[in-house]
Amino acid sequence: MKHETPMLDQLETGPWPSFVSDIKQEAAARAKNENNIEYQIPVDVCDDLLGILELSFKHGRTHWKHGGIVGVFGYGGGVIGRYCDQPEQFSGVAHFHTMRVSQPAGKFYSTDYLNKICDLWDRRGSGITNMHGSTGDIIFLGTTTKQLEEVFFELTHNLNQDLGGSGSNLRTPADCIGQARCEYACFDTQHLCHTLTNEYQDELHRPAFPYKFKFKFDGCPNCCVASIARADMSFIGTWKDDIRIDQEAVQAYIGGELKPNGNAHAGRDWGAFDIQKEVIGLCPTQCMWMDGKELKIDNRECTRCMHCINVMPRALRIGQETGLSILVGAKAPILDGAQMGSMLVPFIKAEEPYDEIKEVIESIWDWWMEEGKNRERLGELMKRQGFQKMLEMTGQKPDPRMVQEPRHNPYIFWKEEEVEGGFERDINEFRKHHQR
Amino acid sequence: MEYEEAKQKVIDELTKKQKSKSKFYFNDLSKILEMKPREAKKIVNKLVTDGVLEYWSSGSTSMYGLKGTGKQAGAEHEG
Repeated sequence: MKHETPMLDQLETGPWPSFVSDIKQEAAARAKNENNIEYQIPVDVCDDLLGILELSFKHGRTHWKHGGIVGVFGYGGGVIGRYCDQPEQFSGVAHFHTMRVSQPAGKFYSTDYLNKICDLWDRRGSGITNMHGSTGDIIFLGTTTKQLEEVFFELTHNLNQDLGGSGSNLRTPADCIGQARCEYACFDTQHLCHTLTNEYQDELHRPAFPYKFKFKFDGCPNCCVASIARADMSFIGTWKDDIRIDQEAVQAYIGGELKPNGNAHAGRDWGAFDIQKEVIGLCPTQCMWMDGKELKIDNRECTRCMHCINVMPRALRIGQETGLSILVGAKAPILDGAQMGSMLVPFIKAEEPYDEIKEVIESIWDWWMEEGKNRERLGELMKRQGFQKMLEMTGQKPDPRMVQEPRHNPYIFWKEEEVEGGFERDINEFRKHHQR
Repeated sequence: MEYEEAKQKVIDELTKKQKSKSKFYFNDLSKILEMKPREAKKIVNKLVTDGVLEYWSSGSTSMYGLKGTGKQAGAEHEG
């Protein structure tokens, strides 16, 4: 290796797969170049990446600089300028920009596609990728400014592939695999995700928001994408009518012919399935019971926790009148602590061309773009101005389902014009009937 | 506001502030233009396309500056 890296070497001794080993492997492959690739950036980029990381460990501080004007023409996002502050010692990573590549909806790839993007990045970048970044994009780690337009040209012309969002943009929308593979999905997550990605190209590529904005789509309340915790606007599948019950299958679970949780716990003998203990007793709203041999559900009390459906998928299925809930304001804890999404629209149909959904999105943006302070997330604006203000600005009617707990977050206050006689009173008249 | 007028206004205001800073939030631009954000965005986009403004990004936040001002890629010893 080009640099001694004793501290990084130690990281390889743990029981887990090591990014250090991966980068070393790539460094060795680049040095050998068995496939005769015409490398467009320094061959020793991976060696220098390890070298500068070792130096950062030694000094206890980073040697990366942050941000820049680099990008591709017409796009204000998708490229993040990165420079190191030791360019003489580590010339291979003097310019080491990140590119975000928009992942396909549901992250479905063909091996041909994966081969092609890896070949492109081997040739025009460091060869190091991150599959995937937190927002879901394919992350290309490390290339020089000159290569940015070249990579972008090849992505768009040869691979039919766009860059993703970064900065004060709509970030690349992310979704679960949805109806492609999952029977719980209450709407076509991939179709909605793809449609909105195309619809909001301007918001994705040309930054005009106060800060980042994320959409995420979960087909059901199991929330595999964790949209409720991570997206400024989360779309979570739900249903309006009743959970469908196959009573014969319920008996099959009780009798042991069908294994609970799709046999996911088969690794150990947990004893016979006990529907009372494992399903009915764990229902958070206690809305299930056995009536003789029949399982009953009081659907009005169901909060869509999904537990019973997950345990007995053959016996219980989501309802048939499906759509989605829209929650807003989730974020990670940079300011003010982490926040979960708050219910804005309890139920909306997810049907093409999704005009109702687009109306909600655009009304939220209008409010946030105008009222949001610089670097203020939607969730912070909601806290600062209040949920009621958001309802007013987005034209949504208050609904009991928006209240998280009674008396905790009273979103709805009376306004003077809504109260008969207003808030002023004649104190003398009042005193006639009430002593001081 | 006509595009040329808006362009001049942005150039004048940003040049005035040049001594203290070279990068500005989108909100600063819509205030200068005295427009709602969505209207201002159309002008700002055109100013970027025409090479009057350029983007700056930290990765998490985006800002705008007059093209060629502030720290440039050249300052990182790159052509």
